[in-house]
Amino acid sequence: MQNFASEFSRATQLVLTGDPDLWAIVVLSLQVSVCAVLISAVIGMPVGAALAVARFPGRRALIILMNALMGFPPVVVGLLVYLMLSRSGPLGVLELLYTPTAMIIAQTVLVTPIIAALTRQVVELLAEEYSEQLRSLGVSRLASVPTLLWDARLALVTALLAGFGRAIAEVGAVIIVGGNINHVTRVMTTTIALETSKGNLALALALGAILIGIAVAVNAMVSALTLRAEQEGLRHA
Amino acid sequence: MRDLMPDMPSRLEISDLAIERKGRVLLDVPRLSLDGPGPTLILGPNGAGKSLLLRCLHGLIQADRGRVLQDGLDLTADHKARQAMVFQQPVLLRRSVAANLDFVLKRKRLGRAARKARIADLLAEGGLDGKARQSARSLSGGEAQRLAILRALALDPETLFLDEPTSALDPTATQAIEAMILRASARGVRIVMVTHDVGQARRLAADIVMMQGGRVVEHGTARQVLEAPKCQASRQYLAGWLVT
Ligand SMILES: Nc1ncnc2c1ncn2[C@@H]1O[C@H](COP(=O)(O)OP(=O)(O)O)[C@@H](O)[C@H]1O
Ligand SMILES: [Mg+2]
Repeated sequence: MQNFASEFSRATQLVLTGDPDLWAIVVLSLQVSVCAVLISAVIGMPVGAALAVARFPGRRALIILMNALMGFPPVVVGLLVYLMLSRSGPLGVLELLYTPTAMIIAQTVLVTPIIAALTRQVVELLAEEYSEQLRSLGVSRLASVPTLLWDARLALVTALLAGFGRAIAEVGAVIIVGGNINHVTRVMTTTIALETSKGNLALALALGAILIGIAVAVNAMVSALTLRAEQEGLRHA
Repeated sequence: MRDLMPDMPSRLEISDLAIERKGRVLLDVPRLSLDGPGPTLILGPNGAGKSLLLRCLHGLIQADRGRVLQDGLDLTADHKARQAMVFQQPVLLRRSVAANLDFVLKRKRLGRAARKARIADLLAEGGLDGKARQSARSLSGGEAQRLAILRALALDPETLFLDEPTSALDPTATQAIEAMILRASARGVRIVMVTHDVGQARRLAADIVMMQGGRVVEHGTARQVLEAPKCQASRQYLAGWLVT
């Protein structure tokens, strides 16, 4: 108990004094996850929107696949990306394994299905509501995609935040492809795992507190946005 | 604008139009010509096919057979661009009031200054000045429907279809919308409007199309249809409404 209390006060000290090692890890985590979410948005939103408005054979199967990918175990994603990037893998020549880029790739693979699936859901609902009106105004189905994405913006930001929440809290995939190398690929989750097993509870606790803070902030933003979207959607529902 | 050309509104015709679903005839209109000078009101009980007819005229649904002609020509994309429609439930974009109008004006490739001026004119026409920056989804029912009409008018349509635009509104809101419709009609826009409100037909209609069971049972001047309906079905419908 004595030990725990002292670790706790050291953890507080680490956070408050702005320990450079600690912040380097936090900054790298944020950089990796923000990059992954942005890339996922660029891929996932158009794919989701296209699936929402286009009609083609195999569409339902694609949607089911996408929804299944949302729940894909991160460790397996890590393993697959590892196999792709490893020396003998198809992308081995790029020598990306154990770099932040590899972690961005793994998180992108994890987050893209989430953003695509949520975008598809939101845009399909909106498309249903707008379809006759937009057709009456002379906007074709495919040309309506930018309009739908813009009008779904609140819900889409929520989807981005959900993706970010998954990325930043994830450990299985990044530890496999990043390798948890000090000062290179060490992010919050992997450091917590390592330092806890080494008995360095102060650093683990400090990072854990920051990670929880980020998670709470993200959830608060999601709630605020959901509330706003509901308030706007409620009228003339 | 159209008030510079106070000519007759464009002519709409239907020949041999029919829609069937699962062996049931939803719409069967051998012949209908809308070429009078004032608003046409379509009356009839629920399920008579009024909305269906409007959607066919606007090209939103394709009939199984038959033709819709505007000024003697089959409806083309170009024709449809000169029509506009207002739905029973206004479908407003999740943007500001002004942005809802701008959405349409941008599609007409107007410059920024021209769009701004046009938006101000339209807002004044609909009594929505001062609400330009308000979120369209936060408007009251009557304001929302007025905005939907303004957005339709922003297209400079030759024909404006309205499907029970006031059915969810109180008398004051209804009055404001009827005034807008009459002003548009006076500018030469052909008005084709569905209502189930005989009083409204009385106030607005130059001619009345009476529908029942997917068929046009009577088409005549407002006076003739309201005062001396020829058809038994119209007499019953009008009586039912006038008695209560
Ligand atoms: N897409 C559709 N498929 C099958 N039936 C339809 C469709 N649209 C309308 N109907 C049917 O056509 C009939 C006329 O509908 P509608 O034109 O909406 O009537 P109203 O005169 O009340 O506007 C109704 O019985 C309705 O159920
Ligand atoms: Mg109807």
